[in-house]
Amino acid sequence: MISPEDVQAIERRLRGDAVPEAGWVAPALLDELPGLALRYLTVERGSGRSPREVKQRLGRLSDRFMGGHAISLRQKPIPWAYRVFFRHIGLDPDRTLTPVEQVSLDRMKQGAFRSRNLLDDALTIAIVESGVALRAFDADRVHGPPGIRGSAPGEELEGRPNELPTATLVVADDQRPLSLLFGAMGQGRGVSPKTKRTMIVAVQVNGVPDVAVEEAIWLCAGVMRDATPDG
Amino acid sequence: MVTTVRGRTKPMPELLEHPPSAQGVKPPGGAHAALLPGRVSDDARRRARGDLRRQIATLERELAEMFAEVFPRREVAFEVAFAVPAAGGPRVLDIPELERVRDSLAMRVGDVQSWISERGYVEERNRGFLEQLIAEPEKYPWVRVSNEDVGEPGCRHWHSRPRWGLVGMLMGWWRVKLSSGCPLATGRG
Repeated sequence: MISPEDVQAIERRLRGDAVPEAGWVAPALLDELPGLALRYLTVERGSGRSPREVKQRLGRLSDRFMGGHAISLRQKPIPWAYRVFFRHIGLDPDRTLTPVEQVSLDRMKQGAFRSRNLLDDALTIAIVESGVALRAFDADRVHGPPGIRGSAPGEELEGRPNELPTATLVVADDQRPLSLLFGAMGQGRGVSPKTKRTMIVAVQVNGVPDVAVEEAIWLCAGVMRDATPDG
Repeated sequence: MVTTVRGRTKPMPELLEHPPSAQGVKPPGGAHAALLPGRVSDDARRRARGDLRRQIATLERELAEMFAEVFPRREVAFEVAFAVPAAGGPRVLDIPELERVRDSLAMRVGDVQSWISERGYVEERNRGFLEQLIAEPEKYPWVRVSNEDVGEPGCRHWHSRPRWGLVGMLMGWWRVKLSSGCPLATGRG
């Protein structure tokens, strides 16, 4: 018996869409923060300059996203869920902004969603459209599936002078922390001009539906895959 | 600590979570230790943390609704006092830390509610006054009421002014002029 989800996944595969894979979450964390999950998808390309189509898409998104949207953002279920989660893990969402609030604030300050590069533009489009927290890593520098766990005693985040306090929540691979959860990226783990494969990672929290997470990853991956250099 | 279920004795569920003591040696205090104040099972602590998280979620929802309600008034601050030091970054908070977050959120919700209530009263009175101003501008010469005074967005204001300048002033010909709104946005260039 094939479940509807399986049917959807098969349809996506037939259409050529890769299915986001499930990362892991440390059992103790899952027990404490139910609903916390990580999904990821690897795209066989790095970043680079944004083609005209992506810039135009950002422009259209800017035209649709006005001050009223920014004000009502935190009343919407997904941005609210991230704000609540931030409070649960000791982050103040008014100081450490959730990803969707950060891009909204940038939109308000700069007057538009400014194009920076293909990856950042794809992330901006996906985050604004879905509200889901996304980030990207250099897939060739991630060893094994990524997940979320608390840091071990004496563990470090590359590029930081001090050890991480024990049990700091991090996105990690099999070997080391890649970044803080909703925080700093480990040196050399992010996407650089040399990156050949990009891993798009979505952090799902309680209250964020699976479909929104999948949509966010597909949007981001789709923008990156469909982008052809201006010629 | 035991409880009787249908005539049989069973350990309390929370005690089942504790590892059995090695080789049958009882911990100091024996069975009475569990009755001492301050001893709470891990399960109870987890439930307490879950309750606190739910309360935080509810308060955050209330604050979010107020944020939209209060806009565009700028006097009220929405930043909750940063009760939980975050020097170490994101982590699973324990009960006292969650309580601090919950309490600071509750305090902020209370502050904003009272501010909205007071501000609502003032704005209601201002709206009543604006109606009087429009009806009898000569009674309130040179008085100006802005959108902000009546809790509306935008830059519009009502201004009681004389018709034809000095002549109108001497003759008592007053009227209310409505401004045309906010200045147009200008480009960077």
